[in-house]
Amino acid sequence: MVYLTRLEHFNAAHKLYNPLWSKEKNEAVFGECANENWHGHNFDLYVTVKGIPDENTGFIMDAKKLSEIIQQHVTEKLDHKNLNLDVEFLKGKMCSTENLVIEIWKQLQPHIPANVALHSLKLYETPRIYVEYFGE
Amino acid sequence: MNEKVAVYRKEHFNAAHRLHNDAFDEATNEKIFGKCNNPNFHGHNYDLIVKVTGEPDKQTGFVIDLKELSDIIKVNILKRFDHKNLNLDVTEFKNLNPTAENIAIVIYKLLRPLINSKFDLQVRLYETERNFVEYPA
Repeated sequence: MVYLTRLEHFNAAHKLYNPLWSKEKNEAVFGECANENWHGHNFDLYVTVKGIPDENTGFIMDAKKLSEIIQQHVTEKLDHKNLNLDVEFLKGKMCSTENLVIEIWKQLQPHIPANVALHSLKLYETPRIYVEYFGE
Repeated sequence: MNEKVAVYRKEHFNAAHRLHNDAFDEATNEKIFGKCNNPNFHGHNYDLIVKVTGEPDKQTGFVIDLKELSDIIKVNILKRFDHKNLNLDVTEFKNLNPTAENIAIVIYKLLRPLINSKFDLQVRLYETERNFVEYPA
């Protein structure tokens, strides 16, 4: 079994704000991330698939094809967007990095070719903060 | 002999912005600024590198105490820019497009009066890992 990772990136605005809570409680829990006028990040997304190299190509899957799948189903929908307002698959969700990685998995998973498996997603919100998700 | 040394402090802030010119119509804004024109904003992790050039002080060996430089940047730039919407929350961009170029100029103008005039000052601003600007050029 070999693991293949593709890195893609997108820039987006968001805020962490629970509409069921008061402004004071949001600020107490989310601090400066609750700024009502949004803030933003350069997100880096690492997508790892696993499989057995094909006898004819030597590939698990074509990394260019993996890139196109990520772009079509994920980054084109997120890049230069407001995650809270512009993204259909995040509607009604808290836009934490944790929730974002889970929703990205749901978008990607159905489009991964049958001969490989989606193994993990690693999503960097800043160079110092990232989350990982294994579909568990 | 010239004993000038350049010292640098790197800081970072996260902010939302959009590129838009009220004087342009919607189509022109979209044509020029593309996806950066999104009315709901987008955002970046900005890396800011402030360069101060001068001769090391005879007593301390420092050009400038980098902790002091860091505090100046934190109080005057990061506190006002970090986790903000540059268009809406930062007065300097009320009527100025917050491109990386303009952000760098604004940061320079905010810092310049706070750094001893005997030192040269330069600001380098990374909007993404691949896009960055310097002022003065």
